[in-house]
Amino acid sequence: MEPTPTQNKSGRIKFIFGGLLILAAVVYLIVSSTQASAEYFLTIDELKAKGSSILDRNLRVSGAVIGDTIQYDAKTLNLSFEVANVPGDNNQIEAQGGLAAVLHAAVIDPTRSRLQVIYNGARPDLLRNEAQAIMTGHMGTDGIFYADELLLKCPTKYEEAVPSQVTGK
Amino acid sequence: MWADIGFGLMVITFVTAIFSVVAAVYGDYRKDFRWVESARRAMLLSFPLTSLAAGVLVFLLVTNHYEVQYVYSVTSRSMPLYLKLTALWGGQAGSLLFWSWLLSLFSSMVTLRKWDRDREFLPWVIVVSSITLVFFLSLTIFFENPFARWWSTLNGEVAAMFPPASSSLLMPSDGQGLNPLLRHPGMLIHPPMLYLGFVAFIIPFAFAVAALITGRTDDRWIRITRRWTLWAWLFLSLGLVLGGRWAYDVLGWGGYWAWDPVEIAALMPWLTGTAFLHSVMIQEKRGMLKQWNMLLIILTYDLVIFGTFLTRSGVLSSVHAFAQSAIGPMFFTFIGLTFVVSVGLLLHRWVELRSKSPMTSMLSREALFLLNNLLFMGVLIVCFWGVIFPLISELFTGQKVTVGPPFYERATAPLFGALMALMALAPLSAWGHSTIKTLGRAVWKPGLVALLTPIGLLWGGVRNVVAIIGFTLVALVILVTLYELWRGTLARSRKLNENFFVSLWTLFGRNRRRYGGYIIHISMVLMAVGILGMEVFQTQTQGTIPQGGSLTLDNYKITFDSVAQFDTAGNRNVTRAVVSIYQDGKFVQQVYPRRDYFYDSQQPMTIPGLRSTMLDDLYIILVDWQSISSVGATFKVYHNPLVNWLWTGAGIFILGILVAAWPEKDPDGLRASNPALAHSHGSAD
Repeated sequence: MEPTPTQNKSGRIKFIFGGLLILAAVVYLIVSSTQASAEYFLTIDELKAKGSSILDRNLRVSGAVIGDTIQYDAKTLNLSFEVANVPGDNNQIEAQGGLAAVLHAAVIDPTRSRLQVIYNGARPDLLRNEAQAIMTGHMGTDGIFYADELLLKCPTKYEEAVPSQVTGK
Repeated sequence: MWADIGFGLMVITFVTAIFSVVAAVYGDYRKDFRWVESARRAMLLSFPLTSLAAGVLVFLLVTNHYEVQYVYSVTSRSMPLYLKLTALWGGQAGSLLFWSWLLSLFSSMVTLRKWDRDREFLPWVIVVSSITLVFFLSLTIFFENPFARWWSTLNGEVAAMFPPASSSLLMPSDGQGLNPLLRHPGMLIHPPMLYLGFVAFIIPFAFAVAALITGRTDDRWIRITRRWTLWAWLFLSLGLVLGGRWAYDVLGWGGYWAWDPVEIAALMPWLTGTAFLHSVMIQEKRGMLKQWNMLLIILTYDLVIFGTFLTRSGVLSSVHAFAQSAIGPMFFTFIGLTFVVSVGLLLHRWVELRSKSPMTSMLSREALFLLNNLLFMGVLIVCFWGVIFPLISELFTGQKVTVGPPFYERATAPLFGALMALMALAPLSAWGHSTIKTLGRAVWKPGLVALLTPIGLLWGGVRNVVAIIGFTLVALVILVTLYELWRGTLARSRKLNENFFVSLWTLFGRNRRRYGGYIIHISMVLMAVGILGMEVFQTQTQGTIPQGGSLTLDNYKITFDSVAQFDTAGNRNVTRAVVSIYQDGKFVQQVYPRRDYFYDSQQPMTIPGLRSTMLDDLYIILVDWQSISSVGATFKVYHNPLVNWLWTGAGIFILGILVAAWPEKDPDGLRASNPALAHSHGSAD
């Protein structure tokens, strides 16, 4: 049976309508999920500047781990450490000599703003001096950052290291 | 010297590939097939050339040539031979060369086929694959050279291909060694699998572009590349699963998928590739969706390049760190150019690609396939949105906002659920026309049986809505598929008076593609069982317990028996705990969670103690320990129900692909000799 032109047209409208419905569903899923799980990515400087306005928000903060401040109680799994401010902008990081250099500079500079972080859980393998820590959690009224999730990166340092013990030839 | 030879080989391949592009275009323009043949031979030559270049790099890797920067950064003397071999793709520069090698292998394979019927495609297939090869070779020659060496200059050590002024070659006595996290069987084959999948998708794309340029807009290009697409899809899927398995075994966070941008970058071409795999069937059977298929393969190609760009940095440094390097802008320029040119070609042929027959019925097989495609695109959009959202929000609000795993889980779960529902319905609907009545008649029996699932789950005390819907859909897909198989086999065995199993076997043989597809559907929902188990039912606990002490989680109890610390080969220090697992008070197994510390890279690695059954996994991580105090050791314990089905499903998936992609002796002949059987059990018969 050949479809008549009218059938064809109404069929087309039917499909366009169906397609729009799916599109609307996808858009709805994206919008509602974004609202429900958005995390505000802040540097420590920005965090300090915002003050109490961000107390109830999901935050994602990145900083350079200061090795000396790492305290870990294996019994309670309480992990506490301080991170120093690093710029959030990749171009800025590149301009300052790459991530490894930026992390190093942040840790040795005592004037940088610092943030105390408390996390309960296993101590991550990569948590060490000058690692980049990306913490997800919220700010407490006590000015301490309570992390629910802790992600660590020891990025380019590992790969770009120059041979240290070499026999010249 | 070897490094110079390797570099020279890359440059020669580069020049050869450029020649093949120029010769193919010129030959096509002058209609002089000798030039095209010359281009074909140049293309064929690229494979031995890249093989030699990669061979030289492998030779440098296994013979401890640490003056080569790449060798220095990914190997060390203490590494066993197999790790030195696989270090070829352990870092960025090497994996780019490996990519070029795979591409030249595949393009050579495709140029060796019989071209008599498709002569007009040949020059353009050569052009597309050669341009891609030129791009990747240029990255290794100009930016990420695996043969660069260390030079000692007045300003310190630098890595370069050619000696800088007044410098001398450095000969480090040992290398840094491969990141210990990457020294895992899953990690050794995960990158090549992913790359095989990535690179194999270039071939269908090359044919698609050839079809667009030559104006041969029938489905010939799809038929030629059907098997390529299937293999590409197999390897890409395996690459994804193996990456998950590696994360589960080595990363020690109890999961396999973290919605990391790098993982998403590998998932995105899989999504478009899967959609493509389905929608080409519509074009073959009904001559529809031609424009859509072109768009899908173009998207897949550019997402493959994008995925390579993102993942190659994941291979080398710690877990998925984004290493910024000069090749970023190169990649984006290349992706932008290829996308614009291919879409331009597509628009040029837009009218010719219009489908001949309109889609009429919303429930017809083709409409459901289209819906499947839209849902995959929906997941793609969600993923893409998640990746670019931080950029968008920063652009418009000045505030960087990111979305984490909950975003992806929430937004994709309904879409994946709808895809599962389609898996149950689409095989039952008929081509052309289908109504609720015909579809309902086909689905009601397995549907009714599947309803036992939610009843059983509610009875068993499960109240989680996601789990109930998910498992019901799983049951429905399996039941519908088995019912289809049973019906088809029964019809055949009755008609021909054949043994049931003989009929089943011949059925599979006669229509591998359909039944391979059914096996794949079953494997997918089995994997969904594992994913649901982890997402919905995973529980965890952690605690510090003295020797002899215990922790409980669900119906499990673990006791800490002992811990020992010792050095082993490979320059590592191992701390290994002995833990007994009791299930419902009964001893079931001893496991050994451990932490390995690598002296050469000063990095620890956590290997969980795992008790794995088809019902659940108990996943125990040794977090910390005190060797001589009464404090004991800290453990983190995960109870991961059903996760084993994920890996089992992946195994069945391979089987399904093998069935679908196995060469048929003479598909046309078979159909012609027995037309009655070719469609012996149309869906709504």
